[in-house]
Amino acid sequence: MSDDDIRIGVFVCHCGTNIGGVLDISELTEYSKTLPNVVYSADNLYTCSEVGLSEIRENIKEHDLNRVIVASCSPRTHEPLFRSTCQEAGLNPYLFEMVNIRDQDSWVHMKEPEKGTEKAKDLIRMGVYKAALLESLEKMQVGVIPSAIVIGGGIAGMNAALNLANQNFKVSLIEKDSELGGLLRHLNKVYPTNEDASIILETRNLVENHKKIDLYKSAVIEKIEGYVGNFKVIILQNKKTLEIEAGAIIVATGAKALSPEGYYNYNGKTIISQLELEGILKENKINTNNITMIQCVGCRNEERKYCSNICCMTALKNAILIKEQNPDANVNIIFRDIQTQGVTYEEYYRRAREMGILFIKYLPEKPPIIKKDRIEVYNEFMNQVIGIPYDLVVLSMPLIANEDSEQLAKMLKVPLEENNFFLEAHVKLRPVDFATDGIFVCGSAHWPADISESISQSNAAASRASTIISKEMLEVEGSTAEVNTDLCVGCEACIKICPYSAISKDEETDTVVVNKVVCKGCGVCGASCPHNAITIHHFTSDQIIAEIVTYGGGE
Amino acid sequence: MGENLKRVMVIGGGIAGIQASLDLAERGIVVELIEKNACIGGRMAQLDKTFPTNDCSICILAPKLAECFRHPNITLHTLSEIKNLSGQPGNFNVKIFKKARYVKEDECINCGVCIEKCPMRVDDEFDMKLRKRRAIYIDYVQGVPSIMTIDRENCLFFTKDACRICEKVCEREAIDFDQKDEEFELNVGSIIVATGYDIFEPTSLGSLGYGRYLNVVTALEFERLICASGPLGGHLKRPSDKNEPKKLAFINCVGSRDIKNNPYCSSCCCMYTTKEAMIAYEHDNEIETSIFYIDLRAAGKGFREYIQRGENDYAITYIKGKVAKILEDDQKNPLIFYEDINTSQVKQLKYDLVVLATPMVPKKDAGELAKILGIKIDDYNFFKANSYHPQKSSKEGIFLCGACREPMDIPTSVIDASGAAAKAAEIVMRG
Repeated sequence: MSDDDIRIGVFVCHCGTNIGGVLDISELTEYSKTLPNVVYSADNLYTCSEVGLSEIRENIKEHDLNRVIVASCSPRTHEPLFRSTCQEAGLNPYLFEMVNIRDQDSWVHMKEPEKGTEKAKDLIRMGVYKAALLESLEKMQVGVIPSAIVIGGGIAGMNAALNLANQNFKVSLIEKDSELGGLLRHLNKVYPTNEDASIILETRNLVENHKKIDLYKSAVIEKIEGYVGNFKVIILQNKKTLEIEAGAIIVATGAKALSPEGYYNYNGKTIISQLELEGILKENKINTNNITMIQCVGCRNEERKYCSNICCMTALKNAILIKEQNPDANVNIIFRDIQTQGVTYEEYYRRAREMGILFIKYLPEKPPIIKKDRIEVYNEFMNQVIGIPYDLVVLSMPLIANEDSEQLAKMLKVPLEENNFFLEAHVKLRPVDFATDGIFVCGSAHWPADISESISQSNAAASRASTIISKEMLEVEGSTAEVNTDLCVGCEACIKICPYSAISKDEETDTVVVNKVVCKGCGVCGASCPHNAITIHHFTSDQIIAEIVTYGGGE
Repeated sequence: MGENLKRVMVIGGGIAGIQASLDLAERGIVVELIEKNACIGGRMAQLDKTFPTNDCSICILAPKLAECFRHPNITLHTLSEIKNLSGQPGNFNVKIFKKARYVKEDECINCGVCIEKCPMRVDDEFDMKLRKRRAIYIDYVQGVPSIMTIDRENCLFFTKDACRICEKVCEREAIDFDQKDEEFELNVGSIIVATGYDIFEPTSLGSLGYGRYLNVVTALEFERLICASGPLGGHLKRPSDKNEPKKLAFINCVGSRDIKNNPYCSSCCCMYTTKEAMIAYEHDNEIETSIFYIDLRAAGKGFREYIQRGENDYAITYIKGKVAKILEDDQKNPLIFYEDINTSQVKQLKYDLVVLATPMVPKKDAGELAKILGIKIDDYNFFKANSYHPQKSSKEGIFLCGACREPMDIPTSVIDASGAAAKAAEIVMRG
């Protein structure tokens, strides 16, 4: 297309008084007409109103516009609207360019309107120079396999699988053990109702008998390929290699308890872990009168800074159970901060105190010391060391990440945080999503979680997965990265930096390949490429340089 | 049993209701989103920043508001409340009462001219009554739908049959004083309740001086005071003399973990007081903060590290102890009296501004809604959830998410919301 063919229309928006109350809109409209390739320019009180939008559509036809610029607010909120308006008038939506003269101009220069108007001229001129270089782009469509893979058959994984299966999706559940249930199998009772863990474990039967769930037990994941909508997981089961396909993957691999070996003279007899106590209580074999529990063993320290979330409630539960069985028992909990958030858990804590369970706070710099016949602990409130006689000491150990989480993270190309728990896309608003589309996380693989939390999260992960596998086709972003293989030297800098794992190495040619389905067009690869081998469509170097040059007064 | 409707009603348009709606809509299920206020956004829109990332709250919320409004599968019913429910899971019939807005939703383009001309000044609830709004208004600038509402209780036309200035100045003729409240019915397969929470009113705790001393404020008031879009434009000043405070105190568990008021723990105050202290420090590095607490509850991902950062890098001192009372000196500086845990003596500390971390309490009308929906509430009026499937209410087909069932922070609400969406989808998509 030669320069003569470019016909740009510029629509300048008053945004009520938001922009019009500060900047001189008619001056900006007139100024736009003086810019190269601009064949039409007008102002609207509200370009985004139906009146404004129909003006865009009409003028595209009347003036044969092949580029449209709206100078108004933020593309974050309004670009999709204007793009679809262009499309309705037969223009490729990527031939639309938005100039933000509100958030970045009238709002911040409210008290200097003349300078604000000059800045708006610069911004519009930059938009016009860029628009001349815009290219039509197509949004790709990819098919979606309407099923999910759940990795891990603990309570989180089982529940996620059940929910999706109940929504009529096919689910493949992969478990490395020979039976389902995860950590729940080792528990005696569950809080806050103190009912048998076996009742919750009945979920297993529902999973095993669901006709929409394919169960792969004693299965090891060998390899994971593909991308959102089209994943392929290769597993090894009974020495046979199997390939499972799905549109989405849910990671529910859980966590494990830190071993008590080496902490507080642990001996497995008089000094045991909370998990071992569960076993004893399950067998109904508790026969001691003086029991003391120590919280935060091996965590909230330099090595493991975090709070493991579930240990306070677990200790309370076992303390209550002991007290119920033997009201005369002396049960003490030596703690740092009791974590019983919310309504029910705080009530549970109150109940424990009312039952006569004694709570003694300790300071991390003065931890309890286990002597032969008593535990010595400094009590801040009494400002002295107190001695507590014991028959049994119970150590509350944190949950830690599974060893194989690193390997799985590598295969899935998703990140772990510093403690090797899986790292979600955004802690606030995307708590069960990964940045990579189509992969989700729930339960203690993400962070130590109790049963109710694990079930909530597994429902959430199922919901998020369903938003993908319910679609026949996924439409993917048109403005993606493209590699010029003549320039690429295969240094892999882009592979390491891509937040969506969209780039991989083509070993044959020793260059990199962008998966257009996964790429979001964020541009970090382009910026990091030392050889300028990557073009980000819609934000090409030519387009950006044209903006910079005209800003600096060049042609 | 009749037809299984592939349509879900979400009651409440805060972050939980929004997330549940978006998930369902993206899943291909039609959503009727019912919001009592004129705009969706809920409490999260009122917050300045959010822990533990310190992201600007409205900045991460606004795209979701826009998405909710634009999504072809979501119908937004603002100014609306539930009046009656009949039917069964798979096919509920819900009667909705929608208050008149007196502004035509399709005509108003939020130009703001009417606001400028409206002569009335009314306490702005969104800004915790720290400033005035007009009788025609939008809850907050980024509010969605981004259109005006006339407040019937205060508008001069409705109170004195006078004025009508907004009608005269509106170029789009969007004002319609003849609009009437309406009632309509919707049929849905499942219902998600996400009605959120109110804030405990600490005036009843006389010893802490709230309502009597200007420089004792609540945490939500503090959010507005420090927020760039709040009444002070983001320049923190204390209410009595507009001086910049240098010594701040936050008191946790004000009216919570307290048998006389609310025995439960409000879940997120330990974290948000730390956040508010951090933001204050970011505004002014000379600020020093004390946070009074019973237990520091920070069990979420990265939360413990966040508290540590507050202590190390933001001049926050955590003081374990219950505050007995607050008095005021002649400069209107709050004086905190508390029991020192080491000496068991009552000590006194002087601050420029004191912030009370008041807990979430159930919505005033939670009991009434529970009756209409036929779901159970707990001892405090939170909707009663199943212990291990917390999105399940006591009634099949009706699900719960967010702080209407128990106090919780934003990520937990978002998880809860997606979880409730999955449960509702189970009902409407079952084979």
